[in-house]
Amino acid sequence: MSLQLDNVTLSVRGETYIDNACLMLEPGSFNVLLGHTLAGKTTLMRLMAGLDMPDRGTVRLGGRDMTHVPVRQRNVSMVYQQFINYPTLTVFDNIASPLKQAKVSRQEIARRVEETAEMLGIQHLLGRYPQELSGGQQQRTAMARALVKDADLVLFDEPLVNLDYKLREALRVEMRKLFESRHTIAVYATTEPAEALALGGTTTLLHQGRIVQSGPSDEVYRHPCNREAASLFGEPPINLMPMTIQGDECRIADLRQPRPDVWRSLPAGEYQVGIRPHHWSLQPLEEPAFRLPVVVRVAEISGSETFLHLSHDRIDLVAHLIGIHEFGVDQALEMQVACRQLFVFEPDGDLVLSPSSPRPTLASV
Amino acid sequence: MKPYNNKAWWLVLPVFVLVAFSAIIPMMTVVNYSVQDIFDPSTRYFVGTEWYREILADPRLHDSLMRQFVYSFCVLAIEVPLGIIVALSMPRRGLGVPVSLILLSLPLLVPWNVVGTIWQIIGREDIGLYGWILNSLGLDYNYASNPRDAWATVLVMDVWHWTSLVALLCYSGLRSIPDVYYQAARIDRASSWAVFRYIQLPKLKNVLLIAVMLRFMDSFMIYTEPFVLTGGGPGTATTFLSQTLTQMALGQFDLGRAAAFSLIYFLIILLVTWVFYTAMTHNDNKG
Repeated sequence: MSLQLDNVTLSVRGETYIDNACLMLEPGSFNVLLGHTLAGKTTLMRLMAGLDMPDRGTVRLGGRDMTHVPVRQRNVSMVYQQFINYPTLTVFDNIASPLKQAKVSRQEIARRVEETAEMLGIQHLLGRYPQELSGGQQQRTAMARALVKDADLVLFDEPLVNLDYKLREALRVEMRKLFESRHTIAVYATTEPAEALALGGTTTLLHQGRIVQSGPSDEVYRHPCNREAASLFGEPPINLMPMTIQGDECRIADLRQPRPDVWRSLPAGEYQVGIRPHHWSLQPLEEPAFRLPVVVRVAEISGSETFLHLSHDRIDLVAHLIGIHEFGVDQALEMQVACRQLFVFEPDGDLVLSPSSPRPTLASV
Repeated sequence: MKPYNNKAWWLVLPVFVLVAFSAIIPMMTVVNYSVQDIFDPSTRYFVGTEWYREILADPRLHDSLMRQFVYSFCVLAIEVPLGIIVALSMPRRGLGVPVSLILLSLPLLVPWNVVGTIWQIIGREDIGLYGWILNSLGLDYNYASNPRDAWATVLVMDVWHWTSLVALLCYSGLRSIPDVYYQAARIDRASSWAVFRYIQLPKLKNVLLIAVMLRFMDSFMIYTEPFVLTGGGPGTATTFLSQTLTQMALGQFDLGRAAAFSLIYFLIILLVTWVFYTAMTHNDNKG
């Protein structure tokens, strides 16, 4: 069954929470909702689930209008950021609880609970109580409860946020496997662009209650429809600088440079260039490149990567470099970026040109 | 050997002093009385456990102890479920919240003897609303002459006075349950009984423990209300333990017996409270 949102709008006390959302989610698809906190991810999920009713618009499930069908009569399940389990029930009874409500026979319940528990690697914990489990195990229990009932729609509201880094990666990999052979629509909300790319499937970018762009994740990443989409889908967000094209010359910020070949087709005028933080290079490049004199503000070393916070003529920039690079504050540098890796936007934000880079990998986000 | 720094003892000293004056010294004085027969400050005899043996065999004590247990049991059996029901039906947001909180707090602010006086008037069949209504309904209600009526009035009085406390405690417990639990329950299609049994009740357990202990201890020591209402009568119908004790200590000036009685009284409260506490927390690791 597919889920279709048409012009769904919700406002509370004059404040618009969801603005005219249109979205089509295919059965068996894995859909990521990506946006900052308060972008409306949870609200949109609540509307999808039927926990809230939209002011306008329709929610269709498998073609049937479900807009005003309450959640109790729908077949959905949800996993939350907090680990929500029944405290006085064992893991087995927790997972079995949706089936018991649905009056499934005892043998069937036992079979399905065990199957689901095994899939999530908690079959040895079935006799325990949620309080006796680690955070990861508690969340696995909550996930098992969501998966056991074969819902049409499974919603994950930032389920991995409260887990430590290692566990998050492990569960993220499993998430995809869990949904590979299912006909369920999975929706997964996150604030992390890296998570959206790692999970694959489709990504819907959400900003201030509006859907900015929706499509296959790598497609959206490579060809963001506008400046907003490009900034949302990247951590740290894309760097933006004003750019003017005039004849054979172009000017980025206050630097005049010859117009690169890749921009031959662009008409003269005002633009903005977007530079992904990981495209900056400290070494001279072999290909046509822009050179930009910058001043180091902060060098933030995290593990084996360095985030350089730079400025050029009062424009703040971020560079994401592999390896440890130590720089002093106010040190002057020259950064380079290959011309073919630049995004070009109209002054009002729409995308003009995106680089035809190979498929992005997780490490490059 | 590891050297110990004993200076920290000085930090707990104030607490020791405070507890000594507030609890240990008065209690030891009572212990002192309970093992002596005192005629005047210079004439006293050590009598050992005689007072205790006498008290434990005293039918007056047996009667009021029985009455006391039945009374405290009734108080808990009514106030705890009623308090939970009130808390569950209180509004969760909007103007109703402060209004109901204030309404519920009002009885708690009324002093015990005033509660007794209020009910003394309200229960009268000639000028009291409660007494008049009951009599108009054809019930022969008179708290001053009928032991059953007096007993019921003391109970109703306590329910009126203290159910709010249980309700407020439960309400605060309910408010601490995050909304996602209710959402998750709706998505699971859980019935409202299941929501109560598996979400609300487990989360209320800690406040209920406090409520049960407070209400037990308080009702077990009830004195003022029946004393004001009927002076413990008619007969001895509403003479509870603390009033029996007062009569013994101040009415008859029987200090030795009263001291022994006090200690037994204290131990009973301690024991029952311990039983409650253990019963309600013994499976904490499971829930």
